[in-house]
Amino acid sequence: MTNSNGTLSTAEKVNKSLQKRYRAEKRFRAYGISAIAFGLLCLVVLFTDIISKGHSAFFQTYVKLDITFDPTEMGVDDPTDANQLATADYDSLIRNALKEQFPEASGRRDRRALYAVVSNGAAFTLREQLKENPQLLNQTVPMWMLADDDIDTYVKHRDDAQGDTFAGRISEKQMGWVDTLIDNNQVESRFNTTFFTSGDSREPEQAGILGALVGSLLTLVVTILLSFPIGVAAAVYLEEYAPQNKFTDFIEVNINNLAAVPSIIFGLLGLAIFIGFFEMQRSLPLVGGLVLTLMTLPTIIISSRAAIKAVPPSVRDAALGLGASKMQMVLHHVLPLAMPGMLTGAIIGFAQALGETAPLLMIGMVAFVVDIPGAITDPATALPVQIFLWSDSPERAFVERTSAAIMVLLAFLISMNTLAIWLRRRLERRW
Amino acid sequence: MDFSQIFMVMAATIAMTFFLGRYRALKLGQATGGRKSLNSLPTYYGSLMAMWCGIPCFILLALWMMFDDVIISQAIMQELPQAVLELPTNERGLIFNMISNTAENGARAGAEPYMVAAAERLQSLRETSQLTLIACLASLFLVIMLVVWAKMSAKTRARSQVEKGFKWLLLICASIAIFTTAGIVFSVLFESIRFFQSVPLTEFLFGLEWSPQMAIRSDQVGGSGAFGAVPLFAGTLLISAIAMVIAVPAGLMAAIYLSEYARPAVRSAVKPLLEVLAGIPTVVYGFFAALTVAPFIRDTGGLIGLSVSSESALAAGLVMGIMIIPFVSSLSDDVINAVPQSLRDGAYGLGATRSETIKQVVIPAALPGIVGGILLAVSRAIGETMIVVMAAGLAANLTANPLESVTTVTVQIVTLLVGDQEFNSPKTLSAFALGLMLFTITLVLNYVALLVVKKYREQYE
Repeated sequence: MTNSNGTLSTAEKVNKSLQKRYRAEKRFRAYGISAIAFGLLCLVVLFTDIISKGHSAFFQTYVKLDITFDPTEMGVDDPTDANQLATADYDSLIRNALKEQFPEASGRRDRRALYAVVSNGAAFTLREQLKENPQLLNQTVPMWMLADDDIDTYVKHRDDAQGDTFAGRISEKQMGWVDTLIDNNQVESRFNTTFFTSGDSREPEQAGILGALVGSLLTLVVTILLSFPIGVAAAVYLEEYAPQNKFTDFIEVNINNLAAVPSIIFGLLGLAIFIGFFEMQRSLPLVGGLVLTLMTLPTIIISSRAAIKAVPPSVRDAALGLGASKMQMVLHHVLPLAMPGMLTGAIIGFAQALGETAPLLMIGMVAFVVDIPGAITDPATALPVQIFLWSDSPERAFVERTSAAIMVLLAFLISMNTLAIWLRRRLERRW
Repeated sequence: MDFSQIFMVMAATIAMTFFLGRYRALKLGQATGGRKSLNSLPTYYGSLMAMWCGIPCFILLALWMMFDDVIISQAIMQELPQAVLELPTNERGLIFNMISNTAENGARAGAEPYMVAAAERLQSLRETSQLTLIACLASLFLVIMLVVWAKMSAKTRARSQVEKGFKWLLLICASIAIFTTAGIVFSVLFESIRFFQSVPLTEFLFGLEWSPQMAIRSDQVGGSGAFGAVPLFAGTLLISAIAMVIAVPAGLMAAIYLSEYARPAVRSAVKPLLEVLAGIPTVVYGFFAALTVAPFIRDTGGLIGLSVSSESALAAGLVMGIMIIPFVSSLSDDVINAVPQSLRDGAYGLGATRSETIKQVVIPAALPGIVGGILLAVSRAIGETMIVVMAAGLAANLTANPLESVTTVTVQIVTLLVGDQEFNSPKTLSAFALGLMLFTITLVLNYVALLVVKKYREQYE
């Protein structure tokens, strides 16, 4: 193999460099693997972070107190009179119960700290109780009441090593009282139904996502009802009817551009056109749905076109050959065959719309809405916007609620995407 | 009865005309010798009837809804006292709002008598308008229905007319994309022009200071804010650059590994997992950036003696990069897969290793597509809103230090427009000018990206 004059042959050169080349090969492979590992690691970190922060929000601390329904204190002599029940002073009952249990708290400051142990929403619980059982008047009964969010946070993290991180919001004395309550078995952690059954609130322990969830669903319904038919119609036009001319090209250029326009620009459009020009109200699911429709339309048109394209031309020819008109061919043959593909694309588009926040901020869906919206013309907020609003709140209890709301949102998104994948696997035909 | 109820009743009535038309067609058929003598199937006659009755009625309703409020408020305004008419426009608007509140919820104590009178007048005008509308709709509907009923014959080419209508409907739906683009351009452009009337374009484009606080009163001295957008664009570029530094290598390498090395089983497991990252809403990334990544970076920086802002550009950019990884990887995956296998086989045949083939054959062949994908990713990063709103700062610092807090174009748009605002102040209008810039930049990036990709496509097909 060696040349007579002593220089290396090509084969030897190659053999010599092989080691180096194989090392380069291994390195390159390792880069690829580490890139994927990085991506997956981010995914895992993100999910663990959200879940570890949010899981505790599904439980809520309750405090048991012996409440005496004292008629003079409340100002109620007839517990069946709705008017009296509505104006009665329930807070003083709670205060009395707390004072009785912890007589050592004296002075205005201590008292106030003591009263802050129970949520100020607990009065409503008492009112409901009294409304249901009027015979409670003049009786002393043990009642479970919603604890304040700071107390809740303290109870949840009492055993953590870093428990003192949020001690700032609750005083030594309050801690002592809560510890006594825990020792007396007067503290209980229950499933947090409030979180799923009420609207927003300034008090974390009374805040829930139902209002935002309903707002999101109403917005989504408007989006689905408008964008799916319009998107499919546009796709049918472009695939089956459109002549090859400048106008068609113009439509296509516009659709492709809109697909890449940042979502916040659609918010500006909604603000200027729907609210500025048509003078619609702010924060309506109707307006939100309109804006999200415009935003998702390009996605839906593009995926529907792909689905229509996948239907083989022979199907069209067969239909036309048997005497079907063009409309009959489209409605009876092409659309049913393309439907699974169109639905898959559309569901993915709707999932995007459900998670979208920025355009909704622009049209004022950031308002503080306590009531649960009942129609598309009621002021509402949306789940992603609620997450944004809560994440701005300083209370630690809102951090866990934000994470929990994210978990709910992600659950919706994941189930929508799973549905899309299932539909594709189940119904899509290969030609 | 409000508009939605009128709409429902009308839609139901028009749906009924379908059956009416079909019935008419069947009758006509019986008279002339069975269904076969009809030009089209009976359902087409039904659709034709519904179409003819529906379209004019819906147009009338839409026009009415658009103009009825304007006309009524004009009428009310004219009857207000002279003193009110001389007020500036926005105060007059306020008074009109009070009047319409009074009309809906009843007079509040202490309301001025002219307001109560105007409210009553408003209420009665609204009722009249609604009754007139219902009467107009009903008569229009009846007239058209009778005409169509009378004109319908066995020879009416119902199918071809319905199909023409169907085609027009599809065309209108397809044109919505054009209307949307036009709507974006006009809404952003008009407000921007108004903004540039008070702030010169050169100051906006080249000014180095951004502080959009405006005077509360128009005669206030020294209250005109500074509207130099350079710090915003610098901040946007800084954060986007950090994001691309993360996303491009990671996304590209992931795509190469998945399409060239990974076994099909690994590929089909890992690819959807990576795409989950793309499906997570941006508000979730924002939360993650603001509450987990930013404190982590600040604390780590503190450990090694760096002072890191708690709203550092690094945190926002890093998380944005994570968000964009799947975007880059799926776009590159497509173009890498589009490189013909024969090129790879040629390289293997010459003795190249796999990585050499990829580096010297596949990547150069796929380069235009990859560059196009990266440009699209950059445009995504520039337009991204929630991550930066939640994790980046508000202070417009002109800096290239990723550890400091910067602000971006999208953050400013959100802060300027969220909440109540006047439509006329330069502060609000500047948000639209920023929007115009953002729209233009992303449009240009997308256009260039598509050009690059198109050029590539022609090479192999």
